[in-house]
Amino acid sequence: MSQVPTDLRYTKDHEWARPEGKLIRVGVTAYAVEQLGDVTLIDLPPTGSDLQVQERFGDIESVKTVSEVFAPVSGEVVEVNTDLEESPELVNEGPYDKGWLILVRPSEPGEFERLMDARTYEDYLGSLEG
Amino acid sequence: MDSSLASTALYEQHRSLGARLVPFAGYQMPVQYEGIVAEHTAVRERVGLFDVSHMGELFLTGPNALGFVDSLVSNAVHAMPVGRALYTVCANERGTILDDLIIYRLGDEEVLVICNAGNLEKISTYFGAKAAEAGVPFEDRSASLSLMALQGPKAEATLRAAGGGAFADLGTFHILRGELSGVPTIAARTGYTGEDGFEICVPNEGAVKVWRALLAAGAEFGIAPVGLGARDTLRLEARLSLYGNDIDETTNAYEAGLAWVVKLDGPDFVGKQALAKIKAEGVHRKLVGFEMRGRGIARHGYPFVDEAGAEIGIVTSGSPSPTLKKNIGLGYVPKAMSQVGTPLRVLIRGKAIEAEVVKTPFYKRAK
Repeated sequence: MSQVPTDLRYTKDHEWARPEGKLIRVGVTAYAVEQLGDVTLIDLPPTGSDLQVQERFGDIESVKTVSEVFAPVSGEVVEVNTDLEESPELVNEGPYDKGWLILVRPSEPGEFERLMDARTYEDYLGSLEG
Repeated sequence: MDSSLASTALYEQHRSLGARLVPFAGYQMPVQYEGIVAEHTAVRERVGLFDVSHMGELFLTGPNALGFVDSLVSNAVHAMPVGRALYTVCANERGTILDDLIIYRLGDEEVLVICNAGNLEKISTYFGAKAAEAGVPFEDRSASLSLMALQGPKAEATLRAAGGGAFADLGTFHILRGELSGVPTIAARTGYTGEDGFEICVPNEGAVKVWRALLAAGAEFGIAPVGLGARDTLRLEARLSLYGNDIDETTNAYEAGLAWVVKLDGPDFVGKQALAKIKAEGVHRKLVGFEMRGRGIARHGYPFVDEAGAEIGIVTSGSPSPTLKKNIGLGYVPKAMSQVGTPLRVLIRGKAIEAEVVKTPFYKRAK
């Protein structure tokens, strides 16, 4: 079973969200990374972009496929992980830390609370393994 | 697991090696074990072992077997000595490609045709019907035979260490019947990776034994089991066509860069007249290799566009190249745009990203 940190919230599309003060850091889960395989290119929005919850905000390309990433919450992108331009493999190496994607200033406070907690996400992963 | 899918004789081996299995041509096949890049690198630098048992094996026998096969494929099968293998396309009357095949001349009166998994039903039916008409004994043994590919600079040493010295001595595109680990084996010095290597055909009941023997013998050389994911990136770097991507029933050998497997000066074969006409008239488009210049990865089916955004061609294969660390691909472009150095634009999710026609193969091993 993939690693699922207990202090994060999750989406069904395998993004994670971590509150950091008034901001929320966003990335993709270890499960997503295992499915993708070797990540080779990541397209992210520019800083200042406004995202709506569940809006596609980027693409992650692996050797075999391209997959979309969706905003777990609405808000403004205040920082983008620019290290990923040169080193997309950081997503494979540390999906929950150095492989983070964007930092968002949320505009709809209730959205974060509606995301899955770790236990619910683990159950959800279990159902996918079916 | 989808119960409509078949498993190869090596299915449990893949499971125990931690493979991710995906449906492919009706089989549960390993797409990767450790990871595509790691497996790709293992083949380029050391040695890798692939299960390609989903591919088809068709046997033709009798005094007319060779001439019969020759009449259905574009390359000069009639000129093959016993003990050789030959790459060819099988064309239809229009000259487009039904499949690409490897033909083994096993004996004076025995020919083995290896076809793509995705085309097995079509080719088996076609060859079977034609063979019945011609009175040539035909047998599709695909379901009872397993096929493995042992590929990489240490493939020969691995095969030798596994007790397959006679096979290890084979020349390129030579074949031999014998035994490996006590299992009756047909081995060919062929492959689909751009590296030296072998393709090893055994009965299903001996497949696990041979697979394990090769993994054990290759351990000292750093052997890795390799899935279909790396098989695709390896073949793309070597510019080997993938049926269903780069060639199909809408493409002909001349535009696909496979003129070298069309022999118009020999006996008749299905599609010969059409191919002679295509050759005389010249092709309108060509399959070229390209590298992305802008940031993006071209994928199968993405269009090439001109400056006005009009579609002028199509990407047939595209991927990051683990060896070259560039994003590469193959695609059809108008003949006038097929010269090396010609700038191209690939439409990737609505954006035209720059690319350039480059020389192929993208990767060529040092001799």
